[in-house]
Amino acid sequence: MTIDKGAPAKAPLNIHEYLAEFDDIPGTRVYTAARARKGYHINQFAMSLMKAENRARFKADERAYLDEWKISEEAKQALLARDYNALLDMGGNVYFLSKLFSSDGLPFAEAVSTMTDMTWPEYRQMMLDGGRSPEGNRSIKENLAAAAARAQETGKDN
Amino acid sequence: MARITAGVGSSHVPLLGVAVDQGKSNDDYFGPIFAGYEWTRQWEKEQKPDVIILVYNDHASAFDMKIVPTFAIGCGESYKPADEGWGPRQVPDVEGHPDLAWHIAQSLILDEFDMTIINEMDVDHGLTVPLSMMFGQPEAWPAKIIPLAVNVVTYPVPSGNRCWALGEAIKRAVESFPEDLNVQIWGTGGMSHQLQGKRAGLLNREWDNKFLDMLIGDTDAARWIPHIEYLRETGSEGIEMVMWLIMRGALGEKTRLLHRHYHIPCSNTAIGHIVLEPVEEETVPA
Repeated sequence: MTIDKGAPAKAPLNIHEYLAEFDDIPGTRVYTAARARKGYHINQFAMSLMKAENRARFKADERAYLDEWKISEEAKQALLARDYNALLDMGGNVYFLSKLFSSDGLPFAEAVSTMTDMTWPEYRQMMLDGGRSPEGNRSIKENLAAAAARAQETGKDN
Repeated sequence: MARITAGVGSSHVPLLGVAVDQGKSNDDYFGPIFAGYEWTRQWEKEQKPDVIILVYNDHASAFDMKIVPTFAIGCGESYKPADEGWGPRQVPDVEGHPDLAWHIAQSLILDEFDMTIINEMDVDHGLTVPLSMMFGQPEAWPAKIIPLAVNVVTYPVPSGNRCWALGEAIKRAVESFPEDLNVQIWGTGGMSHQLQGKRAGLLNREWDNKFLDMLIGDTDAARWIPHIEYLRETGSEGIEMVMWLIMRGALGEKTRLLHRHYHIPCSNTAIGHIVLEPVEEETVPA
């Protein structure tokens, strides 16, 4: 019997290095396994709003409905306040949280705008003008290095 | 034998479905988006594909966080449009092709792609919006659909290289199906967009167009783009573009461009659309 072992396996990416890079992106929470674990019940709560009868019970008494879930008090407060950036920090994912936007009757883009430092009309205008530029939005480290270089330039001028 | 005759790439923004369903596709906002699909609608009428392998991602509709399959293939008879929180879209049910789907699923597993098999599920805008873009509002969709769902939400999502290789394996699987079928493969999602955090609204026209360029001809450079580059350059949801690489991989070594369209914005997203056909190299007798 001949066994063809084929090409030798390529070394896998290092998971720690792979994940560490995600923290260098400005204003972004990548939905990693750690966030998925942390936010599991937040996301499953949001998912439950896909059913009309659950939406009705939630709307009738939001706090009582939230109390049926294994969600921290902090996360319940963020859900009641619709503080989506706080929810992302607690492991919420936008595709799940969007079930809450829909229940509120809020258009997706308007809900997204609440996570930025713009009003909804400002955000909508930015999108019509071509969206947010990637310039200066790629890397926290690069931005810090560029700021330091600028500070040094200004220092020289003085 | 069955053969893959063309590949289509398209964004799947839910608002496009709303525009079709509410008859707004000719207004000032949506008109320029839909104009770029006119060519394809006409072309699809002439092509009459029997089956479309539709690569898409579920947006917390059929799957929640209980089960997250990396690659899943629909082998069912039919699929209903999902209720995504505002009632199901009023579009036809999606008819499957269980014979070909099961053949592909079995072939892929023997080819070392360990697929999840789906017999029953609802399909959301990720799948029905591309159908509306390409076929308008027919009473029944004019082709059988094999849904191929990819996890592009929970990290790590599959690498570009793995997606391309899955496409190559799908081509082999289709070509070993005895029935004479005209099969297309569609890759959907993207292009640049970010729906979360302070950086939301990021779009990257230049990068998106380079990506479209990389799908044409005999280059396979796109399969090596790392996740971090999609994240930095195209926003957190731009990663959906890895699904286009399954389509591209299934077209073989070389492609020819038939149609291309790009428009900014649609809601939070850059719309990209491409139609490609495989170029089979003539085998020169020695």
